[in-house]
Amino acid sequence: MIDVAKIRKDFPILTREVNGKPLIYLDNAATSQTPTQVIDAIVDYYTNYNANIHRGVHTLSQEATDAYEEARAKVQHHFNIAKPHEVILTAGTTHSINIVASGFTSLLKKGDELLVSAMEHHSNIVPWQMLCERTGAILKVIPMNEQGELEMGVYHELLSDATKLVFCNHISNALGTINPIEAMIKAAHEVGAAVLVDGAQAAPHLKADMQKLDVDFYTVSAHKICGPTGVGMLYGKEEWLAKLPPYQGGGEMIAEVTFEKTTYADLPHKFEAGTPNICGGIAFGAALDYINAIGLEHIAAYENELLEYATTKLLTIEGLKIYGTSVNKTSVISFNIEGMHPYDIGSILDKLGVAVRTGHHCAQPIMDFYKIPGTVRASFSFYNTTEEVDVLVASVERARNMLA
Amino acid sequence: MVIKEIQEEIVDEFSMFDDWMQRYEYMIDLGKSLPLINDQYKTDDNIIKGCQSKVWVHAELDDDKLVFTADSDAIITKGIIAILIRAFSNQKPQDIIDADTQFIDEIGLKEHLSPTRANGLVSMIKQLKLYAVAYQTQLN
Repeated sequence: MIDVAKIRKDFPILTREVNGKPLIYLDNAATSQTPTQVIDAIVDYYTNYNANIHRGVHTLSQEATDAYEEARAKVQHHFNIAKPHEVILTAGTTHSINIVASGFTSLLKKGDELLVSAMEHHSNIVPWQMLCERTGAILKVIPMNEQGELEMGVYHELLSDATKLVFCNHISNALGTINPIEAMIKAAHEVGAAVLVDGAQAAPHLKADMQKLDVDFYTVSAHKICGPTGVGMLYGKEEWLAKLPPYQGGGEMIAEVTFEKTTYADLPHKFEAGTPNICGGIAFGAALDYINAIGLEHIAAYENELLEYATTKLLTIEGLKIYGTSVNKTSVISFNIEGMHPYDIGSILDKLGVAVRTGHHCAQPIMDFYKIPGTVRASFSFYNTTEEVDVLVASVERARNMLA
Repeated sequence: MVIKEIQEEIVDEFSMFDDWMQRYEYMIDLGKSLPLINDQYKTDDNIIKGCQSKVWVHAELDDDKLVFTADSDAIITKGIIAILIRAFSNQKPQDIIDADTQFIDEIGLKEHLSPTRANGLVSMIKQLKLYAVAYQTQLN
């Protein structure tokens, strides 16, 4: 069990008010809040050892380099990654996906096939569409059913020798569905295709084991898991990262430069051109320490309780429909009320101090599937309480009465 | 009435409301009651797509004045459109070009006109001005 009252004291932002009401933050799938322990790591870096890394011989630079590499080791152990140089520290999930999509340009030919799930965030669609434009490869979609689950039968039919890459999120940001990625990876490997899993939504809810999953690429954003924005992870199997050309040129990523020829540095530096987000990387490590001190299994159990409680309560509201009803889902509830626009509901909730997301959640294909303009999305974290769920439900009721 | 006077009138009306609830209820009533656009103009050509809500705008010249009709799929957005139309429609193109939307701040609905809100309203105002510029050129 987790002690929510104690945990809430770690998050200074949770004491603030919005529009004269106590903040109820239910937009955790967009970004998580930051505990004091992580804020302290940021302050400590800039107060005591801010310096550029990997190049200075002076003490500050050495301390900063050690702290940054220690953070990489924390990421490595958290995701059970075999080798430290398989951890590329990036600006976040979008950056990570673009590194891979860009790298595959030289590895694909016309007519090669890429499979994308129907429930992807735009960041896991658009870079691949651009890759298809560059190479003449074909993008095919793994469809989903009414509950928001991938149709695995169709997936198996789509897989063929022509399939080179499969990409799918571990957990859907708009629906909360946990996708059966273990089975998907196994099936893709049987036809020789590589798999990229977008783990942005999964990282705060479950511990993904890279070696057990046998996934080829996995991406994470630190800001979804109590870390700062602008930093994240690209995990890639060594054999794949060795094959991919560098994404950006610059300092840090080279072995030797002359005007005639440049040779690239070894992994991970080949993909880490320029001065990285040093402070962000260190704070990412601090965020993983914080989460692991509580335990992701305790966090998941508690969030599941919140999900069940909120689902039952919200469904008592007349005309309310939830999108994404898989039994395998995390603490995300996407909903609409019949005849009412999500923007109107969200605007009124904001006035009542309740922060939710409205719109298409950067997943327009899902909205097109359900033929809706968008949804209201409440996403719960381990620092939320059942009392906050009660306020959400009462506020939605109030919005409904105003709009009816 | 000129645009400035209409805007002052709207600000006066809104000053009677005690809190956001009353303002929103008024906006919702406005949004519900008005058929703002003829269905034949609710076309893809006239659509402004925001991430949050859609807005349709149509403009036509009536003598030397520009008449706007518009609509949205969200009621609060539609309510704000009703207020904007009241201020900007049936005015001379040059006056529309010169007008600002400061009065929306004054009536406490600023957040809906934020460019990051992506509800189509900021683009709609831009569109109203563009129509005004286009018709002004035509009049010259």
